Amino acid sequence: MGKVEKKPRIEDVETINGEGFQLATLDKVIAAARANSVWPLPFATSCCGIEYMATMGSNYDLARFGMERMSFSPRQADLLIVAGTISKKLAPILKQVYEQMAEPKWVLSVGACASSGGIFDTYSVLQGIDRVIPVDVYVPGCPPRPEQIIEGIMNIHRLVKHESLRRRYSDEYKHLLNKYHLNEDEPTDK
Amino acid sequence: MSQLTNDSVLNRLQEQFGPAIISHEVPYGLLTVEVQSEKAHDMIAWLKEDDVLKMSFLTLIGAVHYPDQKGRELCVNYHIHSLVHNVRLRIRAFVPIAEPNIATITDIYIGADWQERETYDFFGVNFVGHPNLTRILNEDDMDYFPMRKEYHLEDATREDKDDRYFGR
Repeated sequence: MGKVEKKPRIEDVETINGEGFQLATLDKVIAAARANSVWPLPFATSCCGIEYMATMGSNYDLARFGMERMSFSPRQADLLIVAGTISKKLAPILKQVYEQMAEPKWVLSVGACASSGGIFDTYSVLQGIDRVIPVDVYVPGCPPRPEQIIEGIMNIHRLVKHESLRRRYSDEYKHLLNKYHLNEDEPTDK
Repeated sequence: MSQLTNDSVLNRLQEQFGPAIISHEVPYGLLTVEVQSEKAHDMIAWLKEDDVLKMSFLTLIGAVHYPDQKGRELCVNYHIHSLVHNVRLRIRAFVPIAEPNIATITDIYIGADWQERETYDFFGVNFVGHPNLTRILNEDDMDYFPMRKEYHLEDATREDKDDRYFGR
């Protein structure tokens, strides 16, 4: 019995192991499963998109994170990665793509332009995608290096692992969506 | 075939259009004629058909806003190229900003369609007779012409940019 046993874990989830059974809390297991199979939807419009392509490629290898499959359909995507300048004309399209994604969904804003308009402080460019959709993680840089994009993605993973499965039903989340006029099919409590 | 020069092009234009040509200059070697705005269409049509000049290629259409020139604030520029002689010509036509009307040249060059839409989009030049004069680059519900000088380049909705921190 003098063996030092590692704390039993599935992924990062602590478990209680016994004879013929293993116990864990369901929400932690589900969160770990989600975090390890986030399907990204790249919404790449400019040079940040090129950096993102490098991130996807074999040198930096997003597939390590269970992100092998780029989902170019919003219906099957979990993570919207906005990489690049979004013009005001493109903003309604971005919003529509976000609305078409099924819950749960997260948004990663890659680079200065997507986060704040960047150097394009001009009448035709959206001054940050958080003007039209809620953003979970911002990645700074112009453009950010693949390492930075990976860090942003790892922060998304941290969110996915630690947030409550019922976050989407919380009042804060509903309030957030209402702020962006994204929750119009649900009746608002007055 | 004798070589075309700026002078010979100008002479031939003046023979044909005479008083319609208000002025001419040669900045950086590019022959530029200012023409009455109602004659610009005829001149471009004639240039395309003329056997001597053979100026049958429309390089670009653009506009400039001169807010200080009262009554002739908007300048519509046409760059015409003779591919045969490799000679270029710039035609300028001024229109008042209150009534920025000029005849479309889409009946001469079908390629002018989008260029005129772009010029309308940014400067509000009304190309009379254009088949579909709507915005092309900016969002459809934009309610002004952004390249006119009275409008700021910067986005008007930014609240974090205080002039005091930018030396303005």
